Amino acid sequence: MGIRFILMVNKQGQTRLAQYYEWLTLEERRALEGEIVRKCLARNEQQCSFVEHRNYKIVYRRYASLFFLVGVDNDENELAILEFIHLLVETMDRHFGNVCELDIMFHLEKAHFMLEEMVMNGSIVETSKANILSPIQLMEKAS
Amino acid sequence: MEQLKTIGRELAMGSQGGFYQSKEFLDLVKSIGEARSKAEEDRIVLGEIETLKRRVSEPDIPKRKMKEYILRLVYVEMLGHDASFGYIHAVKMTHDDSLLVKRTGYLAVTLFLNEDHDLIILIVNTIQKDLKSDNYLVVCAALNAVCKLINEETIPAVLPQVVDLLAHPKEAVRKKAIMALHRFYQKSPSSVSHLVSNFRKRLCDNDPGVMGATLCPLFELVSTDVNSYKDLVISFVSILKQVAERRLPKAYDYHQMPAPFIQIKLLKILALLGSGDKQASENMYTVVGDIFRKCDSSSNIGNAVLYECICCVSSIYPNPKLLESAADAISRFLKSDSHNLKYMGIDALGRLIKISPEIAEQHQLAVIDCLEDPDDTLKRKTFELLYKMTKSTNVEVIVDRMIDYMISINDNHYKTEIASRCVELAEQFAPSNQWFIQIMNKVFEHAGDLVNIKVAHNLMRLIAEGFGEDDDSADSQLRSSAVDSYLHILGEPKIPSVFLQLICWVLGEYGTADGKYSASYITGKLSDVAEAYSNDETVKAYAVTALMKIYAFEIAAGRKVDMLPECQSLMEQFLASHSTDLQQRAYELQAVIGLDAHAVESIMPSDASCEDIEVDKALSFLNGYIQDSIEKGAQPYIPESERSGMLNISNFRNQDHHGASSHGLKFEAYELPKQTVQSRIPPATLASTEFVPVPEPMSVRESYPTTIVPSASSDAESTELKLRLDGVQKKWGRQTHSPATSTSSSTSKKTVNGIKQVDGSNTSNSSTWETYDSRKHVEINSEKQKLAASLFGGSSKTEKKPATGHKISKPSSHMVEKSHVRKSSMEIASEKKALVHQPPDLLDFGEPTVQSSDPPSVDPFKELEGLLEPTTQLGSTAAAATNSPDIMGLFTETPGGTHNKDDSDILSSLSKQPVTNMVGGATSTQVAQSSKGPNRKDSLEKDSLVRQMGVTPSSPNPNLFKDLLG
Repeated sequence: MGIRFILMVNKQGQTRLAQYYEWLTLEERRALEGEIVRKCLARNEQQCSFVEHRNYKIVYRRYASLFFLVGVDNDENELAILEFIHLLVETMDRHFGNVCELDIMFHLEKAHFMLEEMVMNGSIVETSKANILSPIQLMEKAS
Repeated sequence: MEQLKTIGRELAMGSQGGFYQSKEFLDLVKSIGEARSKAEEDRIVLGEIETLKRRVSEPDIPKRKMKEYILRLVYVEMLGHDASFGYIHAVKMTHDDSLLVKRTGYLAVTLFLNEDHDLIILIVNTIQKDLKSDNYLVVCAALNAVCKLINEETIPAVLPQVVDLLAHPKEAVRKKAIMALHRFYQKSPSSVSHLVSNFRKRLCDNDPGVMGATLCPLFELVSTDVNSYKDLVISFVSILKQVAERRLPKAYDYHQMPAPFIQIKLLKILALLGSGDKQASENMYTVVGDIFRKCDSSSNIGNAVLYECICCVSSIYPNPKLLESAADAISRFLKSDSHNLKYMGIDALGRLIKISPEIAEQHQLAVIDCLEDPDDTLKRKTFELLYKMTKSTNVEVIVDRMIDYMISINDNHYKTEIASRCVELAEQFAPSNQWFIQIMNKVFEHAGDLVNIKVAHNLMRLIAEGFGEDDDSADSQLRSSAVDSYLHILGEPKIPSVFLQLICWVLGEYGTADGKYSASYITGKLSDVAEAYSNDETVKAYAVTALMKIYAFEIAAGRKVDMLPECQSLMEQFLASHSTDLQQRAYELQAVIGLDAHAVESIMPSDASCEDIEVDKALSFLNGYIQDSIEKGAQPYIPESERSGMLNISNFRNQDHHGASSHGLKFEAYELPKQTVQSRIPPATLASTEFVPVPEPMSVRESYPTTIVPSASSDAESTELKLRLDGVQKKWGRQTHSPATSTSSSTSKKTVNGIKQVDGSNTSNSSTWETYDSRKHVEINSEKQKLAASLFGGSSKTEKKPATGHKISKPSSHMVEKSHVRKSSMEIASEKKALVHQPPDLLDFGEPTVQSSDPPSVDPFKELEGLLEPTTQLGSTAAAATNSPDIMGLFTETPGGTHNKDDSDILSSLSKQPVTNMVGGATSTQVAQSSKGPNRKDSLEKDSLVRQMGVTPSSPNPNLFKDLLG
């Protein structure tokens, strides 16, 4: 499975994007988000970007006011996931230009489309920014 | 003026092609963004739900409007509220002709529904249609949905089409089709077992993206069945080689690393394939060695690949040279100031240590630093490492540390884990029984409710059986030390139930065995336990049985038994207990006390808990009694099988037989609990004590010692008890307190007496325990000093001091470290600044003060990319062209058995790839430019929007790009 979920949460703990690769009910999501956001937001910059939570790990990275949290299985390479987050941010940055929390909020579906290209079935399937963005660009042109 | 503002805003946000957004949507996002609290956010969302409920049911909603409503529904669910009223509209939207609207519909559906939702059946049809579409983007959108929405039952509906798409001319479609097949394999391996060969074929796809995606299912396949994929080792190795030699298109590079995510996946697969296979591993040595050399250890991604190499090296058949490189990489990780790298280093050390245990020693100080680090994540990882390197020489230090940590944390999940690890290590490596019991006591004391009941049973068995050596004095010493420690622990205020059960059992068996404690002292303690934990039926049952044993041993030893008054009151209470189990035990106790020494000795032999007991299942000893009864006119026993038929008949028959049938019913009631024959028979015999000759129920009750010692039967007992307990607790809950208190108040005189006695004994005892405690403390202290030495086996007794010195000097050495460290400290600095200056505004991304230092007009990251892209691509074309014969050779070599005309030739693909990529790159930069515009314009637009919304202007985010640029 690898990646179980990807969350974007701002520093107030408000969810800005949530994508789960295993089904959880609304209540479960709500509880899980509350729990891990509390855990991760309480950590300081010197501490590891990894947190063990129940039977999986959370790899997180902060960009300005926005936290990117990725829940992964225990045998996943944490550093690689940390860089995957960065790749995601770079990709969004290439598309939006100086991406910020507002871009994601106003274009939630686009952020999701990018994730759909990058991750399927909880595995990283595409890492070329051109390939990730081309469907979105084509859709923009078409409509 | 107001109107103008709105127009400006819409212009700004609507600038991105068809992704048009209305004022309403912008206002919603704005208000959510500005919400100061969860309550405020909830209020906004609840209002939004009402609006949407009205809106979505309006007739003739234009597509664009509908798309927006659906996105607002996504917001509603994302923020934790139910949006199920709108699901059907999302489903409808998937039928739309417009690609963007359709894809948004699919997105919403995948976010809203799980694969077993009723609405899925409405989508399957649409998916089928879309999979046939001429527009490959529509096909891709449908395949995305397939990966999320198709369950085992619906696989056949789309499977043929998905298989066809594996040969689609567009690489994006092939990639997604592979992933859809992967999903089917995850959901139901049998449904696609005949299609697994497709994964092998796609491994040689022309497109590196498809190849990379195919590694995901192959990884899973290899991990379930390594041997069937040994033939692919050569292919994987050659692909990895090509990736490492930068033969993939530049677009897959990440921070100057060639396709690192593909490298990592390949290394994971190789680790599986090479595990314990010398021949396969030998094929990998060169390429893994190359990667070790090529990895840039100054970047995160380089270290990620290095880490994966270490994992691979420690999994495959060992190679000294590679192990050396791995050890070097590990020591770099551990010496780094970055906690992330230390974490990876500790994890990698744990892997490598299995192969070369000696490498731990050079890192002992780093490990101890990590162990003492305030960062919990790092600490836990280090405990994991210690757990892996535990030997009989260092078990004491490690388990002591683990227990200290276990006591300090609140997280029950991890507490359970670390407790079970302590138990495992203690059982495996315990240097002495005494130590083992001490450790177990600590585990039970602090995590008793979290450990498995079997652990307690194991400990009971250990105490009963001793350590297997024929040294009785050692065994009895072990027992008396256990009794000592338990009597001491009973003074603690709150003891977990499992631990109390254990204590009661041990006190019952061995409390008076060595003559140190009097029976009245032990029984006093036991009745205190039963009284103090009066709502725990299991503990009370254990206590009563323990009391019975003590009294039985006393009687057997020829001493006169005087039941303590508090015991008597306890017994009175239990004789009337709601729990039949407690009642039974109390009656048994009463019966035993009334017997003579000889009889008691035969039912309750002292220290016989390990003796095997032959259970006379046929109950032949009752034959005489039955004979008598039958002669007196009683009904003969009818086996169950025959009985049911007879009952039916007798029911149909006349009333005369009714009496007989009710007799039969009675029999049935006794017979019911068939599995636990031994423990269930006593009630029957007890109920009729007057009729039964004295020695006979005893021989039945002899089964008591058995039920306690061997884990299987004691399990049966405990589950039996639990079953009853559950019912009781659910029914009356806390109220079980009240009968207990009422009885205690009614017998207050006696209890006062009891407490006095207990107090006295406690104080008399505590002094000895204090000395014991202090002795233990000294031990721990001295052990702490020798921590490093004892962990790693010598050579570091003096090095411990440098360890603390090293820790102190860390902040100063911070500055001199590698670039990424500097970067992170800059980040921290700017972050701190932000904290100081920033008004607490959610939408404020930038930092005016920083803006001046960071020119907003040019995005350096993009500039860099612009510079790099064309040239490097040309370079890669050239490289591919010159190297192409080589690659071809590598790929035709692959014995994957795939004789596909189109894909066996990577040469054409690779030489073609950069060309197409160049075109793609050109268009993409074009598009990027047109959509982003010159950076300045874009950011101006954004600024204006944000200003209109009444918030501080945004600007390029300094933190974001610190990271990007390094």
